[in-house]
Amino acid sequence: MKTILGRDHPLAVSGFAGPALILFGVFVLLPLLLAAAATFTNHRLVSPEPTRYVGLDNYTRLLALQVTTVAPLRDAAGDLQRDEEGLRYPTWRQVRQAQPDLAGYRPAWQFELGERRVVLAATDPLFYRSLINTFLFALLVLPLQCGVALGLALLVNQRIAGRIFFRTVYFAPVVTSMVVASIVWSFMLNTDRGLINELLRALTGNPDAGPDWLGESSHALLAIAIMSAWQGAGFQMLVFLAGLQSISSELYEAATLMGANAWQRFIHVTLPGLRNTIVFVLVSTMLMAFGLFTQVDVMTSGGPLDSTTTVVYHAVRSGFRQQDLGYGSTITVVFFGIVLLVSLLQRVLLAKGAK
Amino acid sequence: MKPVLLSLLATLACQAQAAPVEIKAWRHDTGDAEMIASGQMVERFNRSQDRWKVVVESIPQGSYTESVTAASLVGHLPCVMTIDQPAVPNFAWAGNIRPLDDLLPAAVVAPLLPGGRGVYDERLYSVGQFDVVLALFARRSALAREGVRVATIAQPYTAQELYDIVAKVKSAGRYRFPIDLNGKAKGEWVSYGFSPWFQSAGADLIDRADYRRVDGVLNGAPALGVARYYARLFKERLAERNPADEKGFEQGRSLIQYTGSWKARDYAESFGDDLVVMPPPDFGHGPRVGAASWQWAIARNCRHPEGAAAFLAHVLSAPEMAAMSRATGLIPVTVEAAALTERYRPGGDGRVYFDFAARYAIPRPATPAYPAISAAFEKAMSDLRGGKDPDEAMDEAVEAIEYDIARNNGYRNIHAREAASK
Amino acid sequence: MTHLIRRALLRLPMLLGMCALGLVFATPLLFMFTASFKHDDAIFANLASWASYVPDAGWSLANYAAIFERSNLPLFLLNSTIIAALVVVGGILVNSMLAFSLSRMRWRGRGAVLSVVVAMLVIPFEVIAIPLLSLVARLPWPGFEAGLLTWQIGWFNSLHVQIIPFLANAFCVFLFYQFFRDIPPELDEAAKMDGAGPWALFFRIILPNSGPVIATAAIVLFIAAWNQYLWPIMVVQGEAARPVQPGIQQFFGRSNSWGQIMAYASVVTLPVLAVFLAFQRQFVASVAGSGIKG
Repeated sequence: MKTILGRDHPLAVSGFAGPALILFGVFVLLPLLLAAAATFTNHRLVSPEPTRYVGLDNYTRLLALQVTTVAPLRDAAGDLQRDEEGLRYPTWRQVRQAQPDLAGYRPAWQFELGERRVVLAATDPLFYRSLINTFLFALLVLPLQCGVALGLALLVNQRIAGRIFFRTVYFAPVVTSMVVASIVWSFMLNTDRGLINELLRALTGNPDAGPDWLGESSHALLAIAIMSAWQGAGFQMLVFLAGLQSISSELYEAATLMGANAWQRFIHVTLPGLRNTIVFVLVSTMLMAFGLFTQVDVMTSGGPLDSTTTVVYHAVRSGFRQQDLGYGSTITVVFFGIVLLVSLLQRVLLAKGAK
Repeated sequence: MKPVLLSLLATLACQAQAAPVEIKAWRHDTGDAEMIASGQMVERFNRSQDRWKVVVESIPQGSYTESVTAASLVGHLPCVMTIDQPAVPNFAWAGNIRPLDDLLPAAVVAPLLPGGRGVYDERLYSVGQFDVVLALFARRSALAREGVRVATIAQPYTAQELYDIVAKVKSAGRYRFPIDLNGKAKGEWVSYGFSPWFQSAGADLIDRADYRRVDGVLNGAPALGVARYYARLFKERLAERNPADEKGFEQGRSLIQYTGSWKARDYAESFGDDLVVMPPPDFGHGPRVGAASWQWAIARNCRHPEGAAAFLAHVLSAPEMAAMSRATGLIPVTVEAAALTERYRPGGDGRVYFDFAARYAIPRPATPAYPAISAAFEKAMSDLRGGKDPDEAMDEAVEAIEYDIARNNGYRNIHAREAASK
Repeated sequence: MTHLIRRALLRLPMLLGMCALGLVFATPLLFMFTASFKHDDAIFANLASWASYVPDAGWSLANYAAIFERSNLPLFLLNSTIIAALVVVGGILVNSMLAFSLSRMRWRGRGAVLSVVVAMLVIPFEVIAIPLLSLVARLPWPGFEAGLLTWQIGWFNSLHVQIIPFLANAFCVFLFYQFFRDIPPELDEAAKMDGAGPWALFFRIILPNSGPVIATAAIVLFIAAWNQYLWPIMVVQGEAARPVQPGIQQFFGRSNSWGQIMAYASVVTLPVLAVFLAFQRQFVASVAGSGIKG
């Protein structure tokens, strides 16, 4: 085949790259473009009204944010009112009545600063909360899943009896559908009768031990993170395994000859040899974490108190269940942009680190 | 030659006419008994005449809405389908189903109780065979043991009384969660089961005069009272927030269960005479129950509406309705059909449910905004269970619903749309 | 001697650790599997104790009989098998070829395409589901009627609608790409010197040496295809083309029959585990026999 200097023959290239690129173009990129186009309209899932162009309305609704402070309630004498939960503040309706430019806004986050309450109000507070929930989830799941996966891979890589059995057992969760896994885990996480709390009660000897895993906003996301790590670790274990097995055994022999012990071998031979694999596992786990949806849908429906609502869940709920397709697509497009930025940032940092 | 040809053609034509026209139907897949009864009902229709042949495809109930919505998006709906009654106005507004007033004979439609009709914009769009009501189930022996009186239609529990009972039972120690509010069920159950509590207090999901105003209706003083009551039941751990299953009452872990009459048959079989069926709690204006269940509708682009209508008329006939009721234990929606069943005829042991329906039923609001209302209500209840401030939770629901209505131009009907475009 | 004893002593805690971990990973599945043999009431009778993870006295196959009676499970299994098999074979081919062109061929726009592929890793399916739905409702598909080629509009209620959109998989492309990048370029030079073009290089040298990554990609594609849930619900309404996962919804309803749900889940999960076991040996064998090391 004749080749241009430094380039391969275009026919060969299109033969190899063509099929996949066409499939990507038609079945992924085209729908994405359609979804992006929908963000500028008020397109609804099922509606007799014609779709209208609405410009940036969807985006303003998604992103508008305001910060405001609220003073606590005072009684007739001018003293601060208190109840069992602390200072008493006016309800949001009352706050809005006092500050008319907050019309259409609801609180996204609020915290107390001294005697005043600072409120971040948004027209779609759920979007911001879901952004934070999603990143929080990724932060929880990444070390859990990847760390466990690496450990499992190291264990299973040993030349011991029954390693195929163990490998299958560790991989088994990956094989179950997320729907089934979510159902079984919600049994196990049940506050009173679930296995996990039962174990905690047995271990600590305290009959009241065991939090309300899926019912408390402080625990639900962690529970889902643990469950997701359980489900995904087996797969990353395989990837690590492939990486481990591609490290030449001669390097290990050389290190042993130089007097390195197991830990030193790990640090100086295994980890560097796994560098590409580690990057791959971290990046792919993070990206899959950003797409969290099924577990939330089955186990908590975004609750309790919106603590497990992720961006994808919010988008699906808005677009499909509340039937507001234009808005659902907007959430998606903005999120896609954010994640792209994060991946770009990552690549830049990694490239710098490699130098 | 010619006469032979003619008679040949005639025979062929007759055969072509004789082949029954196929009518596609979709129904949601439920428990065994209902599916078998439904299949037999279709069989009987197909055998009773040879003009039409109904072919039913069953679609899993959990994903039914998604399936039907996806199909409606691309115009793939069948001729006949089942729809959960509160969603009917939304479907009608979207133009997916056609009115039944001209297709069904008046004699068939007139005897239907409100639980058997799906109405939007003063036209009938769907008809059903059965109704379900809500009730408090308990075991007579257990109530006696705890020293609790049995509520009756004449003297239902007031909300305050129910709370006192449950709190007292909890402190007695035998039951960890004395009342079972069917917490495992999600989706439409929450709106179906708990909006009647609001209506019983004098509040509602939306102002039914114009189906546009929600502010003051869903978050007024009576509504907030109910919201606080509901939140309190969970805060004081009288009801379980995230039950593992729905078998709490059945396995004796709860004293009272609030659920729909679809459990009536199973419980009657398990507990026999020990079962006691009580009206829901009275929040001030008398107990209320929801009305209407899954119903049948005809798609707008059905090419054989007469056939579909014939099938629906068959479905609504008293013998068929009675047969369905006998098979599934659900409540018939005409007096005539009820008289044909042992359970629901006057004097039957299920008559109490029929009376609940007649006395207490309030259908869910007949507005295309209902899916949005239901979703917002479900979220509000979920937030209340999680401990959110009731004022904030109900305000949020009100705003979500009013926003949805505004975004859909008030869900105006076709006349308003045409008028607006002129 | 002490060296051997020390090794044995070191091995023991590790084995115990692996067993403990194994228990952690297997417990939920054990629950699912043992519950499938129990009556509904028995499942929840003692949810908290160890009894719910081992079969009880009333061990029976009633739930399994019931699911085969109530639903058309054999048909669903067949559909899912066909879909998964085609996705795996087609997917491996298509994705590895693209990765090959990205990693070992030089062409203009290669970098841009790579970035786009990586970007696509980010797109969760739910996001493009609806526009994709509108799209496949309008695509034509050939059919044969009385020996003539006809075109039918729309891909609904078919097997191909569950296969073709999922052949190109960004994750697999990325997997292959990373792997191919690590193959030493000396192989290419050797092939060129033998007069082999890119096709021969790919099919005769690169692919046969890619055992591990092919096995991994096969597992990824198989699991993704087998566990498809939202998409079949949207595009398949009849039973003829329905795969296994949506079928589980049939057992949820007014009264959930948990024993049957668990039985259904077990029937749907075990084949995939079997596929993994089968590919595992391939995985190990090909690594051992690969000519890449050393």
